Amino acid sequence: MADLSINFAGIKSPNPFWLASAPPTNSGAQIHRAFEHGWGGAVWKTIGAPVLNVSNRYGAWHYGGQKMLAINNVELISDRPLEVNLKEIRDVKRNWPDRAVIVSAMVESKPEAWRDIVMRIEDTGADGIELNYGCPHGMSERGMGSAVGQVPSYCQMITSWVTEVAKIPVIVKLTPNVASVVPPARAALAAGANGLSLINTINSIVGVNLDTLEITPNIGGKGGHGGYAGPAVKPIALNFLSSLGVDEEVRRYGVPISGMGGISTWKDAAEFLLLGATSLQVCTAVMHYGFRIIEDLVDGLNAWMDAKGFKTISDVVGKSLHRISDFNDFDLSFRAVARIDPDKCIRCNLCYVACNDTAHQCIDLVDASGSVVPPFRYDVHSNGKHEAVSTRPQPVVREEDCVGCRLCHNVCPVEGCIEMVEVPSGRASVTWRELTEKRPEVTDDWEAMKRYREEVGIDIH
Amino acid sequence: MQIIKPEEVLSEYYPPLTDHEALVEANRCLYCYDAPCTHACPTHIDIPKFIKKIATQNVVGSARTILESNLMGATCARVCPVQELCEGACVLGAEHKPIAIGRLQRYATDYVYERGIDVFKPGPPTGKKVAVIGAGPAGLTCAGELAKLGHSVTVFEKRELPNGLSTYGIIVLREPVEVAQAEAEMVRRLGVEIKTQMELGRNLSWDEVKQAFDAVFLSVGLGGVPMMGIPGEEYILDGLQYIETSKMNPESLKVGHQVVVIGAGNTAVDCATIAKRLGAERVTMVYRRTEREMTAYDFEYSFVKNEGVEFRFLTQPVEVLVENGQVVGLKCVRMALGAPDASGRPAPVPVPGSEFVLPCDQVVKAIGQEKPAVARLLGLETDKGFIKVNQNYETSLPGVFAGGDCIRAKGAASTVMAVQDGKLAAFAIHRNLMAGMGAAADD
Repeated sequence: MADLSINFAGIKSPNPFWLASAPPTNSGAQIHRAFEHGWGGAVWKTIGAPVLNVSNRYGAWHYGGQKMLAINNVELISDRPLEVNLKEIRDVKRNWPDRAVIVSAMVESKPEAWRDIVMRIEDTGADGIELNYGCPHGMSERGMGSAVGQVPSYCQMITSWVTEVAKIPVIVKLTPNVASVVPPARAALAAGANGLSLINTINSIVGVNLDTLEITPNIGGKGGHGGYAGPAVKPIALNFLSSLGVDEEVRRYGVPISGMGGISTWKDAAEFLLLGATSLQVCTAVMHYGFRIIEDLVDGLNAWMDAKGFKTISDVVGKSLHRISDFNDFDLSFRAVARIDPDKCIRCNLCYVACNDTAHQCIDLVDASGSVVPPFRYDVHSNGKHEAVSTRPQPVVREEDCVGCRLCHNVCPVEGCIEMVEVPSGRASVTWRELTEKRPEVTDDWEAMKRYREEVGIDIH
Repeated sequence: MQIIKPEEVLSEYYPPLTDHEALVEANRCLYCYDAPCTHACPTHIDIPKFIKKIATQNVVGSARTILESNLMGATCARVCPVQELCEGACVLGAEHKPIAIGRLQRYATDYVYERGIDVFKPGPPTGKKVAVIGAGPAGLTCAGELAKLGHSVTVFEKRELPNGLSTYGIIVLREPVEVAQAEAEMVRRLGVEIKTQMELGRNLSWDEVKQAFDAVFLSVGLGGVPMMGIPGEEYILDGLQYIETSKMNPESLKVGHQVVVIGAGNTAVDCATIAKRLGAERVTMVYRRTEREMTAYDFEYSFVKNEGVEFRFLTQPVEVLVENGQVVGLKCVRMALGAPDASGRPAPVPVPGSEFVLPCDQVVKAIGQEKPAVARLLGLETDKGFIKVNQNYETSLPGVFAGGDCIRAKGAASTVMAVQDGKLAAFAIHRNLMAGMGAAADD
C-alpha cells in the first residue's frame, strides 16, 4: 500500500483528494458526509460578499449518449449567511482534525474587506484559505473573481493584502480565461502565496434549446456565459498545470499546486500528479455520481502506485514534467507508423475512411487474394452474413507512405488493435531549433527546404 | 378455466423500443464504413446511416434512409432473419452483442407511420402506365418505386386486403396487420391505385391488361398447400388459412386439444405457436427429415421450443384417422435418411413396419406452397415450376416482368428478397419505358 497522505504547504490530508469549492461543499452537513466517505479534504464553497442566485443554474454538454461530459454553471459564491458558514466550518474542522478544511473566499477589492474575511476564517480553525480569482460569471462583473485573476497586478495587490495578515497557508486559485496563466501565477507568488490552484471554470455558453430557441440553461428567457467544467476540460487543465510546472520563475518559489479540471477517475488524478499537482480537487464527477466515487479514486490510485513502485505521492508529483517540451525541441527524425493487428481488427473500416478522407491516404483495403480493392465493391445481388463477412477486405497500412499522424489509432474502437510502432527513419536526430540555427534559409525558402529534404531523404507526397 | 384472449396472447411479441432504448442502442453503433450489415441486407439499406440519424434524433431522416432502399422496411424490421443477415454480419457480434438493427429499423419506420408522415413524393408524370399483378411485398415495392419515378401504376390484388403474406401469412406475434396496411397506404399515397378482389383469369383478363398498360409486373406469390395424397387428408387444415384466421377473425379459430402440425418451416412454426397460445394442451410438429434439414429460422425454432411445442423428426404422416367425422389420430411411419435427393439433402426413406399413431384431434399442414398457376395461364417459361426471369426480371414475354416468391427457384423465399426483386424490377421497367423516350435511365 502506497502512502497517499500529503502535506500541501503545511496543510495535511490523508489522501490528495479534496472536494473543490463548489456546490458539493456548500454546507457542513455535506462535508461531514463527504469525509465519512473518505475525502481527504474540502475547499468550502466561496464565502464573502453578499449575493443572490438564480435558477436555472446548470447547463450540461452531453455527447454520444454520455451524459455530462461537461457542466456549465451560473451559480455564484455561497448565498448562505456568512455567520452560518463560519459556524459550520468551525464545527466540521473540530470533528475532522485529520482532514484538510480550506475556505475559499472572495470579497470586494478593498484591503479592509480582505483582512476582515481572513481573520474570520482563521477564527474557525480552518487549515487554509483559497483566494477565488477565478469565478468567470456574476462576481467578475462586480470586479471580483476572474476580473482579478486576469490582471496580474490586481492579483499581486490583493494577494499581498491577504498574506500580510494571514497566519494559515494562502492558496491562490487561478482562472483559465487568460492566454497564459503564468503571469498571474508569478504575481501571486511575488505577493507571498503559499500555494496555487487551477483551473477554475472556463467561460462558456453550453447550448441553445432547439425547441424554444432559448439559451441553456434558461433563466427567465435569457441566458449567458457560465463556468465550464467536467471531463471535457481536463486537457485544458493539464496544459495550464504543466505551464506552471515548466516555468522557471514559478518553480523557484517551490510552492505546491492543487490541480483540478475534469478529474473523474484515478487515472485523471495520476496524470495531474505526474504533471505537477500535489493535491487534487474534484467537483463535476461528484456532482454527477455523488461522494461515493472517492473509494475508487483512492483504491485505483493506490493500485497504480503499487504497480509502478511509487511509495508516496511526492514520488509521483511532476514525474512527467521533464517531458513537456515544445515543437522547437521535438526530434524531426523520430518516426512512427501505424500497424493494424489483423487478429484484433473487426473490419469496421473507421481507420480506412478517416485516413482516406481526412489524413494521408495510406490505408488500403486488401482482399483475401492480397489485392487492393475499393470499398463498396460487392454486387447488388450479394447478400447474407456469410458473403458479407467472408468477402470483407482487411485494412492494411502502407507503412512506407504512413506519416505517423496517429489518427487511425485514435478512431479505432478496439483496444490495442492499431499500434504506433517506432521505426528507424535512417536520419540523424535533429530538432527544428538545431536545423534552423544551422540552416536558417529553410524557414523562408521552399527551394532551400527542398534541397535539405533531398539531402536527408525526406519524401513528402 | 382460464379465458384466453387472442388479442392478448397473439399480440406483437417484442415491445417497441422506447426513445431512450433506441438512443442508447443507436449510440452503440460504431458507424462502420462500407458496413458489412449493409452488404448482408438483400436490399442494402444504409444501416449505419439510418442508425446515426436515430442517434442525432433525426428519426424522419432515418426512416427515409430505410425506405429509400426498402419500401417494406417496417415489415422487414419485424420478419427478417436478422441473425442471418444484417445483425449476423455486425462487427460487434464477435465479442459483444450485435446492434439490434431490426428493432431500431422498426423504431424509425413506426415513427413515420404512427404520425402519418410521408417521406416520398410521386415523381413528375411520365405518361407511362404499369400494371402490377399481386399486392404482396414485391408488388407493392415495385409499384411504389415506379410511382416515385413518375409512372402511373395500377395494382391488381385478388384478396380483400393488400400486402400479401405480410397481411395474411405472418402471425400477429411478429407483425400486426396494421403494419402491413400502413405500408400499403404509403404506396397508395404515392398515387398507386390498388384494385382489390381482382384476379387474373377470374375477373381480370390478360388481354385487357396487355392492352391498357405499357409494362406488367407479376408478383403473384405461390399457390395453396400441396396435397400429400394420404387418406383422410380432407380433414387436415391448411396452415396458411390457420394463420389467416388467427389474424383476421381469431375468435372463430377452433384450436384442438392435441394438435399436430405437419412441416418444419416458418409457417409450420407459426401454426404451432398459434395452437399453443390459443390453449392447445399439446402441440407436436412432425417432420420427415431431421432438425438439421428443417427450414425454419433458428430463432423461430428456439422460440417455439420455448413455447412448449414438441417435435417428432424423421416422421412421415400416412393417414388421418377419423371416427364419426372427428379426427382422432395421425398415423405415421418412421423415416431414415438415405442418399441425397434432388435438393441435395439426404432423402428420407420409410422404415418398414414402423407405423405408429399420434393421438390428436386437429391436424394442420404447412409443407410449402404450390407453384404459381399464372405461369401456365400466360404460357411463361418456367424454372422448376417457378416463373423464369432474366437478370432484369423480365419473363419470356417481352414487357412482362416478375419478382417475389413466384420466381424464387433458388434459395429460400423471404420478404426482404421479394422487396429487392420489386425494387430492381421497377428500375429495369423504368429503363425500358424511358429508353423509348430518350430520357436518361434512373436507377
